[in-house]
Amino acid sequence: MRSVYIDHSATTPVDPLVFEAMKPYYTEIFGNSSSVHSQGQKAHRALEESREKVAALIGAKTNEIIFTSGGTEADNQAIITYMHNNRTKGNHIITSAIEHHAVLHTCEFLAKQGFELTVLPVNSYGEVEPDTLREAIRPGATALVSIMHANNEIGTIEPIKELAAIAHEAGAIFHTDAVQTVGKIPVNVAELGVDLLSASAHKLYGPKGIGCLYAKKGVRIGSFMHGGGHERNLRAGTVNVPGVVGFAKAAELAQQRLCSQEAPLADLAKRLTDGIFAAIPNTRLTGHPERRLPGSVSVCFDYVEGESILLMLDNYGIMASSGSACTSGSLDPSHVLLAIGLPHETAHGSLRLTMGKDNTQEDVDYILEVLPPIIKNLRAMSPLGR
Amino acid sequence: MQYSKKVMDHFMNPRNVGQVENPSGVGEVGNPTCGDIMHIEIQVKDDKIEDIKFRTFGCAAAIATSSMVTEMVKGKTLEEAEKITNRTVAEALDGLPPIKMHCSNLAADALHEAIKSYRQNGVTSTSVAKGCCQDEADSPCEKGMEIKLPE
Repeated sequence: MRSVYIDHSATTPVDPLVFEAMKPYYTEIFGNSSSVHSQGQKAHRALEESREKVAALIGAKTNEIIFTSGGTEADNQAIITYMHNNRTKGNHIITSAIEHHAVLHTCEFLAKQGFELTVLPVNSYGEVEPDTLREAIRPGATALVSIMHANNEIGTIEPIKELAAIAHEAGAIFHTDAVQTVGKIPVNVAELGVDLLSASAHKLYGPKGIGCLYAKKGVRIGSFMHGGGHERNLRAGTVNVPGVVGFAKAAELAQQRLCSQEAPLADLAKRLTDGIFAAIPNTRLTGHPERRLPGSVSVCFDYVEGESILLMLDNYGIMASSGSACTSGSLDPSHVLLAIGLPHETAHGSLRLTMGKDNTQEDVDYILEVLPPIIKNLRAMSPLGR
Repeated sequence: MQYSKKVMDHFMNPRNVGQVENPSGVGEVGNPTCGDIMHIEIQVKDDKIEDIKFRTFGCAAAIATSSMVTEMVKGKTLEEAEKITNRTVAEALDGLPPIKMHCSNLAADALHEAIKSYRQNGVTSTSVAKGCCQDEADSPCEKGMEIKLPE
């Protein structure tokens, strides 16, 4: 049976070149990067060379990169330690309703500790409108604004440059969760004007368990993990050198691919989207039709439920994801789909197809062959829509 | 989350999908907000369920339990059918993942509603999902919250 992995916003396979680069750091060069001896020195050198490569991908300086265990830790560290370390800057945090839970739940955690929290609504495309931020921000009180670069579920790219400028005018600093964009579209911290940025290696064909926090020079974040002086006292714990090396190799490859992969992915996404709309009535696209991640197709089908679609697709070797309640692990559908104004019953029928560098036109055609009959069968079984 | 082989079988090859011509009883539970609706129609003759069909909007567990309940009661007397519970349906499927036990395991309720409707001379009996749209997945049934179906 054909196998089509089309869930690259969830994770990506490790590129064989990345894996090759990592291997020696498990066996031959296994040293602790903090050790004084030559094993340690080699590991340390690899760590610092890797930092340069990761920094280069986002236009940062090497000493502005702190390696973490992934995007979630980077989000937690950025938000929690900035707020705790900068009490004089204000007590107010602003975020958006469509953030990843790594940001949303972290902000809610701080709100329980007594910080003030504003969660901005989004428009029907899932965009945070600059005016919404302008109205909510309070100079002197708002210390931090955290808005994701692109949404993982609906693919919408946020107007970060404009939002960051608004934050700065009001004296707040700006954090962005760029887990979905780094390596997929050009990301330059100076151009975006962000002060803090989170990234993760496994979204760009790197290994799981490694990510980074970019913290602009002068932005006073603090240590989130305690117990050692690693990462300039900002992240205690023996550094995951093989992971870091893999992240760096993935970053290097992503940079080489950036220009050449965006257009083909956008073409594939268009072919898939057009095909779905032509074959399946009562379907809607979620997220912005143009300002979205290349290769991201997110739709909702009326009268059917997402988990059923996923399991049927999986039966044909197609691996995708959904924001339905049954797949979210709770009884409510995705907070993102509800935030863009979809009714519950529509949100239950969501399907997300996120393409990667190895997906082909044949994959798209295969999906277009398999998906319409699945939706038709599930609808025939559904008591809704008649 | 892992479904049993039986759940996957009933989900991929559901039995008794559709509608009964001139049903003697119709039952429906759940609501679209929760993501699960189970609709069951029965044909009763000599106190026996001669035919039964279902239509379900929901996840694999919702579809599989609906399919299983129709298979369990077809040809059975109403009295026997009334003894079937959501739990026995889940057991017949070799169990359901814990989170599905309450939110998507309502097929027996739909069947009981259909029998109730037959006993009330074939008036569609629409009842209410007891275990839906609650925050706690482990004990929502005890709350027995009434959820009005949209007209």
